Amino acid sequence: MGRYVARRLLQMIPVFLGTVTIIFFMTRMLPGDPAAAMWGDKAADPAQLAAFKHQMGLDVSKWQQYLNYMGDLFTGDFGTTMGGRKVTDVIGEAFPVTIQLALLAFAFELVVGVAIGLFAGLRRGKAFDKSTLVLTLLLISIPVPVLGFIFQNVFAIQLGWVKPTVQAQHMTFDQLILPAVVLGSISLAYVARLTRTSIAENLKADYMRTAVAKGLPRRKVIGTHLLRNSMIPVVTFLGTDLGALMGGAIVTEGIFNVQGVGNALYHAIGRSEGATVSGFVVVLVLVFLFASLLVDLLYAVLDPRIRYA
Amino acid sequence: MPAGTRVRWAVVSATSVALVATGCGSSGDGGSGGGSSDTSKTFTYQSSEPQNPLQPANANETGGGRIVQNLFKGLADYDPSSGKLRMQVAESIDTSDAQTYNVTLKSGWTFHDGTPVTAKSFVDAWNWAANVGNNQINSSWFGDIEGYKDVHPESGSPTTDKMSGLTVQDDTHFTIKLYNKVSYFPYKLGYVAFSPLPEGFFKDPAGYGQKPVGNGPYQFVSWDHNSQVVTKTFANYQGVDKPKNGGVVFKMYTTAEAAYADLQSNNLDVMDQVPPSALANYKNDLGDRAIDAPQGAIQNVGFTLYQPEWQGANTAKVRQGLSMAIDRDTITKTVLQGSRKSATAWVAEGVEGYKSGTCGDFCTYNPDKAKQLIQEGGGVPGNAVKITYNADGGHKEWVDAVCNSIRQATGVNCSGDPKTDFKTARAAITGHQINGMFRTGWVQDYPLNANFLADVYRTGAASNDTGYSSPEFDKLSTEADQAASIQDTATGYQKAEEQLATDMPAIPLWYYRTNSGYSTNVQNVTFDSFGNPAWTQVEVKG
Repeated sequence: MGRYVARRLLQMIPVFLGTVTIIFFMTRMLPGDPAAAMWGDKAADPAQLAAFKHQMGLDVSKWQQYLNYMGDLFTGDFGTTMGGRKVTDVIGEAFPVTIQLALLAFAFELVVGVAIGLFAGLRRGKAFDKSTLVLTLLLISIPVPVLGFIFQNVFAIQLGWVKPTVQAQHMTFDQLILPAVVLGSISLAYVARLTRTSIAENLKADYMRTAVAKGLPRRKVIGTHLLRNSMIPVVTFLGTDLGALMGGAIVTEGIFNVQGVGNALYHAIGRSEGATVSGFVVVLVLVFLFASLLVDLLYAVLDPRIRYA
Repeated sequence: MPAGTRVRWAVVSATSVALVATGCGSSGDGGSGGGSSDTSKTFTYQSSEPQNPLQPANANETGGGRIVQNLFKGLADYDPSSGKLRMQVAESIDTSDAQTYNVTLKSGWTFHDGTPVTAKSFVDAWNWAANVGNNQINSSWFGDIEGYKDVHPESGSPTTDKMSGLTVQDDTHFTIKLYNKVSYFPYKLGYVAFSPLPEGFFKDPAGYGQKPVGNGPYQFVSWDHNSQVVTKTFANYQGVDKPKNGGVVFKMYTTAEAAYADLQSNNLDVMDQVPPSALANYKNDLGDRAIDAPQGAIQNVGFTLYQPEWQGANTAKVRQGLSMAIDRDTITKTVLQGSRKSATAWVAEGVEGYKSGTCGDFCTYNPDKAKQLIQEGGGVPGNAVKITYNADGGHKEWVDAVCNSIRQATGVNCSGDPKTDFKTARAAITGHQINGMFRTGWVQDYPLNANFLADVYRTGAASNDTGYSSPEFDKLSTEADQAASIQDTATGYQKAEEQLATDMPAIPLWYYRTNSGYSTNVQNVTFDSFGNPAWTQVEVKG
């Protein structure tokens, strides 16, 4: 197990370096001049623009910029935004927002999704199962923005139960619950369906018959034997989904004014701010790498037949 | 759901907003009437996260700009109702030759930290901001002042850190000497870049950029990034516009849709501009809390006059013909949902020196005359023309409508040429990589017609994107600059504007409007021609 983890961690290094390099050059090749964009509609004063570019280190070749960037990166310096703020500060503001939202959405889809899937799977073909299939299909087919606007309009503006938007740094549960539900709803449908199928299949497995035959209580049969074995496809899905949630959701964040990762990335790309985009992607790459490692390790916990050496 | 799919849906979000918005009919209880107000209560305003430190000469985007405007007050500003220049820190700004200005300050003004506002506060602030080494985005605003080229050379380092044109006489007097005669220079002084700075600023500009200390009606309390900037009323504010409220809280929004949702549920008091999806319904939603006010901004389509096809005296007729082929009234009513007003000149409405009808018949829809003019001018090269625009600004709809109008009226094969985003479009336009027409426009820096004309159409002007160069226009505008009074300057520029009708370097399309609204918590909300509310006049209900 320890050697396996060490090997995986070592493998991350080339993946990490490769992604950072690719992203660096992709963001620097975006059309338009990020320094001139600081002047917006107005023409930039040439002398000021030159001085500004020099200060930002944009007046040297792309290769030199790359070497400078990588050098700084390994000392923990992610560079500065065009406005002169540290990219690490910007990342430090956006990620907590996204993490809180992602965890809430994740908890929602995990708890509600698995519960629905379990009941539907156990009562396959019954009314609950059929309505689950119809409702989850409906959820999957509604585009996120539509769901977002409907929820916001009905629950926040018309009924006034919760707040329609989120205020970063002053976030409360009644602000976050709506975007979390919207964000989690589609994954919830997938989780419910995956769990349901897996449960229904495993019900017929030999080990289930054995467990029932040796007289184990029903709660133990379902909890220890059935559910645990059925979770493997669900965990695979949830692992990648957690990564995706951490990457932020531009549309949902826009509707609910969530100033998270998706929004920060969107605006940084719009302004061609290479340093900011690279900084976020560096963190996201790490999140994805660790999430996938965690998922692989969870397999071994769930299914004793899977061993890592 | 994979991140990629989430992004894809952004394309359709605008239409889905419209669908949902029609379903909502929440309207407040009106209430702009004169209820009692509480002068100690704050109100919230829609803002966006400032991109730059909050320094007066460094704020050119709306997010930081309007916060800085409230924290600082310069020699003069513009009356929100009339747009006219009004004195603030200055007692008077006098000149006898339009080149040397004598400034007298009022006494009693202090910064929020208690230190007095003196002539030195202004001179030091301007010298610092103009210095190329301090990287202030609006440093070129000081270009009229003698000695600017020494602190802001075209290349290399500044030779001095003081502009020779600025002389402090005593605490309340200083003089400004300009390179050339600029009769409307006091109008420029109303811009926030000309604000004074306290002595402490120069020791730690970056720190003061995060926690600004100004002399304006509101003082800085806190800046929670991505969330809000809190201000409170400054008790010792000496300006003519004493705040009627306890402060402004700038709440950060990423989209107008989110802000509008908050406004409808009274989580936000005053907003900037309703989202396009709500334009059709906002007057129903908000009742008498809806706002529809003129703005000092114009939308044009310019021509690439630097390309050989568009040179020569005859091509002006082609451009005039194309202008007459655009049915402005129909497009503003339908496609733009009444959020714009058809233009009849190159200067926006409500600006000092605005004169309607300068464009005359050339801005009136007339398909027959349009066809005739284009023929007389030798036709459009290749009988096809493209309008270059940025695809990220919501311009597609009207560009297509303008092209349809041109195609139907004249048979010229007009089509839109979208560039991915604003900076790509700007790069193509300023790099002279296009041939034909392009979207352009002008938002006033100060409400005077010279700003709409000299800065855009004079030979070599920084924002002259068309490459227009008319000796006649240059001569008239130089004459206007040397006029004895602002009134004469405005009249002089009106003459120069007539030259634009003859040459038609850009087709005026329409004037912008402020379509906004406010919550039931506030009253007495009015907007000026900059699209900003009259901050200090907003009353919060008790």
